[in-house]
Amino acid sequence: MAIMTAPAVTTKPTPAPTVSKRGRKLRDNLTGHAFLIGAVVCFALFMWYPMIRGVVMSFQRTRRGETTWVGWDNYTRIIADPSFWVAWKNTFIFTIMALVVGYVLPFFVAILLNEFRHAKGYLRILVYLPVMLPPASALFLFKYYAYDPSDAGLFNAILKFLHLPTSEWMQSPTMTIPAMVIASTWMNMGSAVLIYLASLQNIPGELYEAAELDGAGIWRRIWSVTIPQTRLILALLAMLQIVATMQLFIEPLILANGAGTQDSATSVAYLIYQHGFFQNDLNGAAALGVIMLIVLAAFSAVYVRLTTKQD
Amino acid sequence: MSVPQYRKAAALALVAGLGLSLTACSTKSSDDNGGTDAAGKVTITVDCQPVGAQKELLANWNADVAEFQKQNPDITIKSVSVGEQCNNPPDFTARLAGGTMTDVFYGYMTDLQQVLDSGQAMDITQYATKDTVPTWDSVDPALKEVFTEEGKLYAVPVKNYSMGLVYNKALFKKAGLDAENPPKTWAEVREAAKKIAATGSGIAGYSEYSAGNTGGWHFTAMTYSQGGKILGEDGKKAAFNDAAGKQVLQNLKDMRYGDNSMGTRQLLQWGDLLTNAGAGKVGMFIGAPDATQAIVSQFQGKYEDWAMGPMPGQDGPAKGTLGGGEGYFFKKDLTPEQVKAGLKWIAYQKLTPGKGQLDYARAKPQNYPVGLPQPLLFTNGSDAQKQELELRKANANVDTANFKVFEDNPVPIVGEPRNAQAIYAVLDSAMSGVLTNPNANIDSLLKTAETKVNQLQAAGS
Repeated sequence: MAIMTAPAVTTKPTPAPTVSKRGRKLRDNLTGHAFLIGAVVCFALFMWYPMIRGVVMSFQRTRRGETTWVGWDNYTRIIADPSFWVAWKNTFIFTIMALVVGYVLPFFVAILLNEFRHAKGYLRILVYLPVMLPPASALFLFKYYAYDPSDAGLFNAILKFLHLPTSEWMQSPTMTIPAMVIASTWMNMGSAVLIYLASLQNIPGELYEAAELDGAGIWRRIWSVTIPQTRLILALLAMLQIVATMQLFIEPLILANGAGTQDSATSVAYLIYQHGFFQNDLNGAAALGVIMLIVLAAFSAVYVRLTTKQD
Repeated sequence: MSVPQYRKAAALALVAGLGLSLTACSTKSSDDNGGTDAAGKVTITVDCQPVGAQKELLANWNADVAEFQKQNPDITIKSVSVGEQCNNPPDFTARLAGGTMTDVFYGYMTDLQQVLDSGQAMDITQYATKDTVPTWDSVDPALKEVFTEEGKLYAVPVKNYSMGLVYNKALFKKAGLDAENPPKTWAEVREAAKKIAATGSGIAGYSEYSAGNTGGWHFTAMTYSQGGKILGEDGKKAAFNDAAGKQVLQNLKDMRYGDNSMGTRQLLQWGDLLTNAGAGKVGMFIGAPDATQAIVSQFQGKYEDWAMGPMPGQDGPAKGTLGGGEGYFFKKDLTPEQVKAGLKWIAYQKLTPGKGQLDYARAKPQNYPVGLPQPLLFTNGSDAQKQELELRKANANVDTANFKVFEDNPVPIVGEPRNAQAIYAVLDSAMSGVLTNPNANIDSLLKTAETKVNQLQAAGS
């Protein structure tokens, strides 16, 4: 009888089908893994490896083809550079000004565009057009036509027409950063406007109708309906904007031919470039890059923590 | 194929493509077998082939390669054009750091230290002889010395220059100045600049750089004219924060804000100033004779408008002027055959009177100047020099009289400081300070620059 019970064994799942199932699962996922490999290898090669290499280089010194470990030397040297604190100051001022202008303005432009009944498409293209220009071309336009320090410059001609005092723009230490903020906002506003617009269009119309019935005016509707409904997008864009603007580079490079008047345009990213490619000091540049990475990472961590708590 | 099969194929193609790309990335610049094939033919890569827009120069280069290979059937030259990278220090540094230079690569005289630091330079002392470079014994020893460190030669000089005062004769005449008698002191430059600036709006009587390392480069030249130095004797400390350095900045400040004779647009770098010069908007600037070539061939100026005088001094003749130039380095780990092949090519294209860059008969009908007083690559009185100068004179297509004052008033040439490009980057800031800020404090500008240069030198960078 014991033998008779044997067939029960056959009803149990055999190891072979298990392997086959796993194999199938692996085969099914193989395509996904293959696609993933591309992204992982690209990230590893072009993001993670350079980052790790940068950290390593920041503790080394290469002279006459020989690399030696120098501890914190590159860090102490880079911090002692008279341009170090100037660059951080310029970068923070630019970031704050770009945030005030470049973050708030697109939001209101998006609200305005969202209200239009006609020519919506044309207006959106108009706002987005500067984004399609290569940044270098857009900045050369500003440099040679808008910010020409003579009266022939576009902005100076307008100021003169309005009987207002003209400016030397990029040649004036006090105007350098505002001028970079204007150009940067003009170049990048389009993308933010489109994202805000998409977000605005997801807000149910009934909320505005209800608010109107309750007697809410335009500002009240923005404050009580629009902002809360787009809070997540606003928070995300704020962080992206801060991280992007703190890496200010192409604006000083093109508008101010680098450092500008007495370092008035020198940003942290430009100082990295200057050490690395003008001063034959790639190790110092790597140290400054690591300092910048730490500052941005710390900021992002605090920001994520704060926004998570709010949620 | 079904959709999943397509996906699989795409994924496989992606992985294979990635693998191939990585393999391609690791490919060396020349052959893996030391640049020599089975038949014993040596291949070398050489950079700074003229870009496509420079049609005549490119045609000349290609013709030189063809002729050289005909004469040397065992050598193949692979030309590489790196565009503006040959005139752009950051691009050069990037290639050096990435190890992507060609086997024989171009560099400024100021690049020796960073090439040595990168560990990519080859000692070519034993190979640079009359056998590989027939005119080698005639090449000016001072130029060889610039590319020599601790008795080892690392590059072959192929061009040299010294600075003087480049001026626009047409604007001089318009301003009522004697176009045959250029200013010889900074006070005379100042007076002439005022008159030239008064001839029309947008015209700078005197123009000056203050960005892209060129400001520091010219600060150095003007400091030499005052008898000053950039570094002390041991090369470890800045030496420009003195009366000479202050005078340089004071002269510029006086012209820019005292006389308003330097134009409104500042923060100029190389191309900016020469663009303005080509447009007839610049009366004077300091530069080398070949600046006129750039003004004409790249910035649409006219040769007949431009002439040169000596570097101005403060109260009399200048006490010194800056001299510099270019050369070709050899990448580390080349085989002796490759080095010899590279030297033969440089000898043919750069250092043989009547050939390559010194083929004046070929250049005469082209839009490139023949008859400029520089380069002067060969020792005074050597056969090579005599031959080269005769050819230059016979084929001159510019009015050599325009450079007579410059040639008749030689100024002692002082070489560029060690670690020059890094120092120039720092000194740009002092130059931009006096040219854009009417209230700039010269003492403070020089003090800041001094601190930074001392740090640079202390770090050995």
